[in-house]
Amino acid sequence: MTGLADHLLIAPIVVPMIAGAAMILIGERRRNLVALVGLVSTITLLLLAGTLLALANEPTVRIYRLGDWPSLFGIVLVLDRLSAVMLGLAAVLGFSAFLFSLGRWHRAGAFFHPLFQFQLMGLNGAFLTGDLFNLFVFFEVMLAASYGMALHGSGVARVRAGLHYLVVNLLASLLFLVGVSVVYGIAGTLNMADLALRMRDIVAEDRGLLETGLAVMGIAFLVKAAMWPMGFWLPPTYAAATTPAAAILSILSKVGIYSVLRVWLLLFGGEAGASAGFGANWLLVGGLLTIAFGTIAVLATQNLPRLAGASVLISSGTLLAAIGAGQVAVTGGALYYMVSSVLAIGAFFLLIELVERGREVGADVLAVTRAAFGAREEEEELEEQEVVGVVIPGTLAILGVAFMTCALLLAGLPPLSGFLAKFTMLSAVLGPEGEPVHRTASALMIGFIVSGFATVIAMVRTGIDVFWTNPVRRPPRIGVVEIGPIALLLLLCAALTAGAGPAMGYMQAAARELHTPVAYLHGVFTGRPDNPR
Amino acid sequence: MELIASLAIGVLAGSGVWLLLRPRTFQVIVGLALLSYAVNLFIFSTGGLRSGAAAILRGGETGSLADYADPLPQALVLTAIVIGFATTALLLVVLLAARGLTGSDHVDGRERER
Repeated sequence: MTGLADHLLIAPIVVPMIAGAAMILIGERRRNLVALVGLVSTITLLLLAGTLLALANEPTVRIYRLGDWPSLFGIVLVLDRLSAVMLGLAAVLGFSAFLFSLGRWHRAGAFFHPLFQFQLMGLNGAFLTGDLFNLFVFFEVMLAASYGMALHGSGVARVRAGLHYLVVNLLASLLFLVGVSVVYGIAGTLNMADLALRMRDIVAEDRGLLETGLAVMGIAFLVKAAMWPMGFWLPPTYAAATTPAAAILSILSKVGIYSVLRVWLLLFGGEAGASAGFGANWLLVGGLLTIAFGTIAVLATQNLPRLAGASVLISSGTLLAAIGAGQVAVTGGALYYMVSSVLAIGAFFLLIELVERGREVGADVLAVTRAAFGAREEEEELEEQEVVGVVIPGTLAILGVAFMTCALLLAGLPPLSGFLAKFTMLSAVLGPEGEPVHRTASALMIGFIVSGFATVIAMVRTGIDVFWTNPVRRPPRIGVVEIGPIALLLLLCAALTAGAGPAMGYMQAAARELHTPVAYLHGVFTGRPDNPR
Repeated sequence: MELIASLAIGVLAGSGVWLLLRPRTFQVIVGLALLSYAVNLFIFSTGGLRSGAAAILRGGETGSLADYADPLPQALVLTAIVIGFATTALLLVVLLAARGLTGSDHVDGRERER
């Protein structure tokens, strides 16, 4: 606990905190200096996440005791593979959104950069903490910053959507508190590992109440994850937010998923006695309903930001349903899917703004209606003659390729990582050949495939409309800092596809660690290695 | 004691939920405030309620661990109060911004057509 390397665990929380505070002290007017601090912070976070990813890839779980208090009394940070993966995602997305914001968005309102850093701090803290109440505190840090981010740039749409977002999340936080206090009242601990150990010995009269408390807390997580019917706030908020804010907000819904993975699998795993598998069907059915809702939303939306919001819903639903299936191999596939979809959706949110730039206002709002009624056909015929023989401008070609890649990733079509993820989950859920297919398996299969198909339809329709039907006269002016992050995110997805073997191995190891949390418990109670009880 | 506390929490929570479902932003914010009071009291009560107990120790007694109230719920409620206060203040600002931008205090930013 003395070497510098041991303190690496807390660095992902401390670095953005210091950076954010420094930015406020530097002041809004010295823009370049603030941006430089942000750049240093996000790059440091990237390096840290890389290091921690490598550190976590071992059978033992690392912990960090704040103030060196024993685990049961003090606050612990825990790093296992899942935390490391989430930290990595937050760092990559944070870096990309930060770079993108330098294009112009960070000037759209006050205190963009400090809020951004605090957002990252809250995210990293939520991924690292091993204590339910600290999870709440980091949720609040993250949310408080996200309220500011969602409202960044102001405007009627943002304030209106932001108001709903605020109220829904405040309510969810209150539910979280109720859950936490019930859990503390019954079990007498908020340390997740300690709670997991005590689960088995809870007396029968108290078990119902404890499960209720955890279920109430679960609602708070599921509101964040936007499970149907608690996810109606998501598409308008994400669609209204400024581009870099939307990109970083898109990982917020995954914090809900992370919490479900962590808390649910830890507390209701095989060791939980009578409570084992509590609520699995709710997750499964809720996830499937979310997929259904997202599928309808994807088909029904007529503009790009809402399409991206609907894809977030589908991604959340897929993950919840896969977690609810409760099998190690499926969870492993789901983790891989999460990485792929977070990167793809982040890239998609960033891409939307570039695609929309330079298009006529409202061009896409009525696109579907226009197609349905066959209006404007004459105009287009005239235009077509001019268009023939014109070389597609370089910018548009790049945007088109990026759009197509996003579509492949989101829909889960081969050859990219989205396909591999869905394939892994499905092959795991179907089980070995010759066995009868379980109802759960067929429901998941239908959900995954239909949602993928709907995404293909929606993306193709939008793509045709954006790039072919009414192409922009002049290609939009796009800076390197804007196309760079998109390229980075998509290249990472490609790398994830190319290195699918090691990546999937890592995720499967993470999933095994989650389903049999021996290493986790052992790690938290390192003081008493032989028998943690 | 338990009855009074639980009734108080119930009334606060009930009124809070009712107000939260109202269409005006001010009602919503008051509803959220009431709900957070209810939740704070609830957290407080998970530490166990006692009436007529000394604040710390009775004079002339040595006292044991059982005489002390559980400090953790108090720490939790303190954190919850601070966070709730800050977020309510933020909500108030957003509420005013929404009122200014949309010209309506309806939660949807526009009145429902009748």
